[in-house]
Amino acid sequence: MAGSQRVYKQRIKSTQSLKKMFRAQELIAASRIGRARARSAEAGPYAQAITQAVSAVATHSTTRHPLTSERTDTNRVAVLVVASDRGMAGAYSASIIRETERLVERLTHEGKEVALYAAGRRAVTYYTFRHRELAQSWTGGSDAPTADVARDIADTLLEAFLAPADEGGVGELHIVYTQFVNMVTQRPRVVRMLPLEVVEGVAPAGQHDVLPLYDFEPSSEAVLDALLPRYVRSRIYSCLLQAAASELAARQRAMHTATDNAEDLVRMYTRLANQARQADITQEISEIVSGADALAAS
Amino acid sequence: MAQLNVDLVAADRKIWSGTARAVSAPAADGEIGILADHSPVLSVLEAGTVRITGVSGEKIAVKVTGGFLSVDSNQVMLVVDDAEVLDASAVSGH
Repeated sequence: MAGSQRVYKQRIKSTQSLKKMFRAQELIAASRIGRARARSAEAGPYAQAITQAVSAVATHSTTRHPLTSERTDTNRVAVLVVASDRGMAGAYSASIIRETERLVERLTHEGKEVALYAAGRRAVTYYTFRHRELAQSWTGGSDAPTADVARDIADTLLEAFLAPADEGGVGELHIVYTQFVNMVTQRPRVVRMLPLEVVEGVAPAGQHDVLPLYDFEPSSEAVLDALLPRYVRSRIYSCLLQAAASELAARQRAMHTATDNAEDLVRMYTRLANQARQADITQEISEIVSGADALAAS
Repeated sequence: MAQLNVDLVAADRKIWSGTARAVSAPAADGEIGILADHSPVLSVLEAGTVRITGVSGEKIAVKVTGGFLSVDSNQVMLVVDDAEVLDASAVSGH
């Protein structure tokens, strides 16, 4: 029975080396979360300033802007999925994809045609494996998105929203991302980004007395033209940052569980190996004793 | 004397923040200069250089690539896409 002892030893060894990898991933994720959250906080002042300005313009001018008006000429809608580049994050990508599928189903049910945009390799491989068409995809750096990537994504989507209907223009933009609530809770969320509902972002009145009467340079239309795309960019950037923090938190938790499980397995295999060794010894003794008995009897 | 509270923020970080005597920025219709008690204004910024004169006379120049500017009761908010501080020695904070 020496065979089973050897098998257990091998399993213990491989589980131990897996455990080291899990532990390393956990530590990496843990050290990056802080940075991801700091980055999210650093983007805060910009988002705040832009929201304030947008609400100022919205309350002082009645200018209609293409980005704030509903489009009725097309039934195409864009859906942006923000998933991770790598696995090892538990159900992170799976739950975001499930949420997306639910949204796509609902939109299709409403008679809309969905154009999918995916960020993160996990989402891209999910859809390409199923031969589903992606309008565009972005991969790489899902756990540390830069403002440049956010700008690229936002510009692509804005272009699609402003394009004429016969050139693949879309009437709405939905974003599916994971909201970072705290270290233990991250929630998949769907937001409708375009057409913009500026009312939603208006700072509560009374907090700043009365909003001043602004002069617009060169004109309120031009200011809106400059503001709204930046507002969208900043919103998308903050979605990406939240998703990155969520991804890392999910990864840390998943890897922590994996490390614990590996420890359990090692303990179990050690016990089994000990049992097997004991059984081997018992058997050997009984063989020797019965051999000696046989010799003495003859 | 009234001072300006200036915040200069880029998409991913805060560039400069502090009190200043004057701010000049490349607005859409040409350079705009802001002193204390300026009337509220919301303006588009072009690519160019933002110059801030601090309360003690120090000068800060920041190259920006476009954005917007809002002035409201001596609160100046410069929101830019990307910025590069030209005179690093005068930067406060980080």
